Amino acid sequence: MIIDIVKEILITKFGDQVILVEERAHLQPALIIHPNFIDDVCLTLRDHPETWFDFLSSLSGIDYGVEQKKFGVVYHLSSIIKNHQIVLKVMLENDRDENALPIVKSVSNVWKAAEWHEREAFDLLGIYFENHPDLRRILLPDDWEGYPLRKDYKTAERYHQIKIDL
Amino acid sequence: MNYQEALTRYQHKINSVSSEEMVLNLGPQHPSTHGVLRLELITDGEIVKEVIPHLGYLHRCFEKHAEALNYAQIIPYTDRMDYLASMNNNHAFVMGVEKMLGIENDIPKRVEYIRVLVCELNRIASHLIAVGTYGIDIGAFTPFLWCFRDREHIMNMLEWASGARMLYNYIWVGGLFYDVPVGFEERCQEFVAYFKPKMKELNELLTDNQIFISRTANVGVLPLDVAINYGCSGPMLRGSGLKYDLRRVDEYSVYPELDFEIPYAKGEIGTVGDCWNRYKVRIDEIAESLKIIEQCTDKLTKEHKRTPDFDPRAKAPKKIVPKAQDFYIRSENPKGEIGFYFIADGKSDKPFRVKARGPSFSNLSVIPEISKGVMIADLVAIIGSIDIVLGEVDR
Repeated sequence: MIIDIVKEILITKFGDQVILVEERAHLQPALIIHPNFIDDVCLTLRDHPETWFDFLSSLSGIDYGVEQKKFGVVYHLSSIIKNHQIVLKVMLENDRDENALPIVKSVSNVWKAAEWHEREAFDLLGIYFENHPDLRRILLPDDWEGYPLRKDYKTAERYHQIKIDL
Repeated sequence: MNYQEALTRYQHKINSVSSEEMVLNLGPQHPSTHGVLRLELITDGEIVKEVIPHLGYLHRCFEKHAEALNYAQIIPYTDRMDYLASMNNNHAFVMGVEKMLGIENDIPKRVEYIRVLVCELNRIASHLIAVGTYGIDIGAFTPFLWCFRDREHIMNMLEWASGARMLYNYIWVGGLFYDVPVGFEERCQEFVAYFKPKMKELNELLTDNQIFISRTANVGVLPLDVAINYGCSGPMLRGSGLKYDLRRVDEYSVYPELDFEIPYAKGEIGTVGDCWNRYKVRIDEIAESLKIIEQCTDKLTKEHKRTPDFDPRAKAPKKIVPKAQDFYIRSENPKGEIGFYFIADGKSDKPFRVKARGPSFSNLSVIPEISKGVMIADLVAIIGSIDIVLGEVDR
């Protein structure tokens, strides 16, 4: 299975500490990667002739709930040439302070597709991507306050004197 | 840490353009941007030096809404993502939920064929809009009217089946809203017979038109490696010369049983990856979709015929509670790879998180790359050839 190949490649290159957990119980097996390695891991998997993950299907930021104090980024990679897929995950401890966002390394230099997806995750969930070339908000206005997809998000009362009615 | 650093950098760039450059706003209320896309152009005379897209004018918080609704209630929201191809969105979402429930093999064949039939009808309708509005972007008015006339037939048929013209909510988890009305299959066959000569007319009018070719061939060339790296999919990727279609790669639904080709750009005119080739892929796909429709109607009138006791909702679960898991489903939308990433907590009938990957979102992100140094008029041609739907870019 592709997950075994990926695991072997990563452990030979980066050592045992790179893969924190393996999730094999579900339909799509996933590897939880140590946050320090994620950009190098992605680059390796993209260029390795056995994996060749040239296509980033999706990159999602996740808020795992108020009591969890944990954020995550999920990478869905797929290989057009080899026709296989893998899911990578990164988990970050964070105590939900908006002045100390969780920080992940950007993979936008591996796949340009990640650039906008990372901007979206920053915009809606407040996950900061290190070394991103242009990390501005993308869907919301530049002066929006807060990160709406967080589970503890409270809708502001007003935006520029416009009442926000729900 | 300063999280506004990129914003300051961007503001500084806009404020400090040199005296021979000009900052020009294209959109959000410009017909050539196909909705409410705003492009900020840094221009030098007619030449576009840089394009900065601004999105979000149609942001309706799909993902936030989805966390508060149960799975069946989210389906109408997926309609509103790519509102020109609602059936395809429904299909992708429903397939994902069915896979999570583990009931994807229990769906009756008739239901699957009806799903594919309506999806392909919707694909034609979506491509007709793409082609028609592309013509009007470039200055050809007649194809627009012809395309909308023919699309109206499809709209009427889908309205007959689902009750709505564009936002159908027709494909449900485990089945369909209703069986197709009596006589629907015959009307599809009539439509195919009517539509084939019309496509020939359209090709004579637009595809081989010298003015159209001059405006689109060799414009906005997107090399294949760039397309893959930017996550482009669908006709954008095939327009760059790669034969890659998720209907064949993933073999979902009843597509393995159907006979159709995957059109891709061969560069008969212009270069592989230019606007004309992307356009041509869509034209060819319409012909392939017609082939699929013929086969589906054939199956639906013979092997999987309507029976009085057939209930398309028979397999639909009363309450949808998937096991705790996360799952990513992808399928081929007219614009490319549409994906939904679900996280289910296993306790409630509401998803913990739904992330939608819109094909237009990734397809659009390539615009700053391929429109450096083009003329403003060519930029309009490039936007049109990407065929974006802002409902899906912004969600």
